[in-house]
Amino acid sequence: MSEPRGPVHVDAEVVATKKVGAYRHLTLAAPGVPERFRAGSFVALSVQDRTVRRSLWVHRVRQVGAYGPTLDVVIEPRGEGTRRLAAMPVGARVPLTGPLGRPFALPKEPVSCLLVGDGYGVAPLFPLAERLRERGSTVSLVVSAPDEAHLLSALEARRSVRAVTVLTADGSVGRRGTVPGTIGELVERSGADVVYAAGATEVVRAVAVAAEQAGAWSQVALEVPTPCGTGLCHGCPLPVLGEDGVARVVRACTEGPVVRGDRVRWAEL
Amino acid sequence: MVASGCGGTGRELAPYVDLEGLDLVTRSITLDPRAGGASPRVVEVPGGIVNAVGLPNPGLEHFLAIELPWLVRAGVRVHVSIAGATLGEYADLARRLSRAPGVAGLEVNVGAPDEVGAGLFEVREAYHAASVVAAVRREFPTDRPVLAKLRPDVSRVVESARSCHEAGASAVTVGNAVPAAMPDGRPGGLSGPAVAPVALRCVAAVTAALPEVPVVACGGVRDLATARMFLDAGAVSVQVGTALLHDPTTLSRLRVQLTPAQEGP
Repeated sequence: MSEPRGPVHVDAEVVATKKVGAYRHLTLAAPGVPERFRAGSFVALSVQDRTVRRSLWVHRVRQVGAYGPTLDVVIEPRGEGTRRLAAMPVGARVPLTGPLGRPFALPKEPVSCLLVGDGYGVAPLFPLAERLRERGSTVSLVVSAPDEAHLLSALEARRSVRAVTVLTADGSVGRRGTVPGTIGELVERSGADVVYAAGATEVVRAVAVAAEQAGAWSQVALEVPTPCGTGLCHGCPLPVLGEDGVARVVRACTEGPVVRGDRVRWAEL
Repeated sequence: MVASGCGGTGRELAPYVDLEGLDLVTRSITLDPRAGGASPRVVEVPGGIVNAVGLPNPGLEHFLAIELPWLVRAGVRVHVSIAGATLGEYADLARRLSRAPGVAGLEVNVGAPDEVGAGLFEVREAYHAASVVAAVRREFPTDRPVLAKLRPDVSRVVESARSCHEAGASAVTVGNAVPAAMPDGRPGGLSGPAVAPVALRCVAAVTAALPEVPVVACGGVRDLATARMFLDAGAVSVQVGTALLHDPTTLSRLRVQLTPAQEGP
């Protein structure tokens, strides 16, 4: 009964690692996962002797390479689990499930898109930008972070986006400012029809509100802790308003992580 | 068997295990929809997790209309876990489910780690659990099993198992999340590898004292060794719960490793 595009559970192998600022990039060979990946879906990794899984955005997918199809994840070591994942050397193996969750919805027609990401949340926007570009949409990207160490490089995205705005809270790179403080102006100036956002709750909330005020559609990828990532535990409540106007609590990992920005009941999150 | 509350709606298991013939206990279904508790609902602790999920479920109507037919069509043997605030609610649930096509059996949730906080019928004494089982049994055909899921409290579990069996339970599920607290003090339940020895003690106590009562073991089963431990202690079957959150293919592996005779209630 399994769906052809459903997730798979495999032993992934670390084939490359790279430290970039405060983050660790891991390239993983995970048979079946890159082929099924769509921008906005995520993967869940196991940490040995730990029950809860660590959910990570997929930063890049390569269908061909020396190791076959691979995927890149970005890890921000925040606690014991992510520290151990970040410390994995080349050749290490880790149980991985994915791709999980509902990905970004793509417009059928070419439109003008604004992509806004904060910190590590910028990661899923890179593959999204590529897909949008392939479909003829024009893409502007806003990359924000508290400081330079937490800024994901937008260099690789230059090919697929028309304009990149870099924001840092401390002004170390690009413009000084935060997403909530500048997003109104950025949305207006971009003239975007669709706004995509990923990152911390306050950031994506600000983007969703600004998009609604500007009359644009918004799709937001939320970073809600997902204990299992697969929809089994009901441990990642996301309060939303359904299409029928009825308030519901859905699972961020299964009905999300990407939802329409105007459907989230932000006050209850 | 898939333990209650660890299989999502059942659909989410499809990529990882063959649903055909799979014994699945649903998350607890209540008469009315429940949104569940506030975030965070699950925290990690050494050896497992503490959860305060709060029995989120879409209510009986939605379950009967949407979820059950899908599971039945997928070939799942559906055991519906039921929870209620009163004996009347348990009886209503049992009556409605007895008429629904495809319900293989029921599991009566009389061992929740925090039933008072969750608004459920309070099960302090063995006779409370037995009265729930009796109310359910009256409404549910005797040719289909009713399991009573008991709290892993070694000082009470034998008495509870005896009372529930006398009240008509076909078997008892021994083991549930152990009453615990979230870091912020909210009541929750501890589950995962840490609770396996607790559940084993309870299973062993029941099988020793009541050899005539079939026991389904639940608590910390994660591999062949832990499953065997419970089967060797006299359990007729085991449920897998928290392990699925860590590795959704656990059940698939166990089904292959265990002989068919040891699977299913």
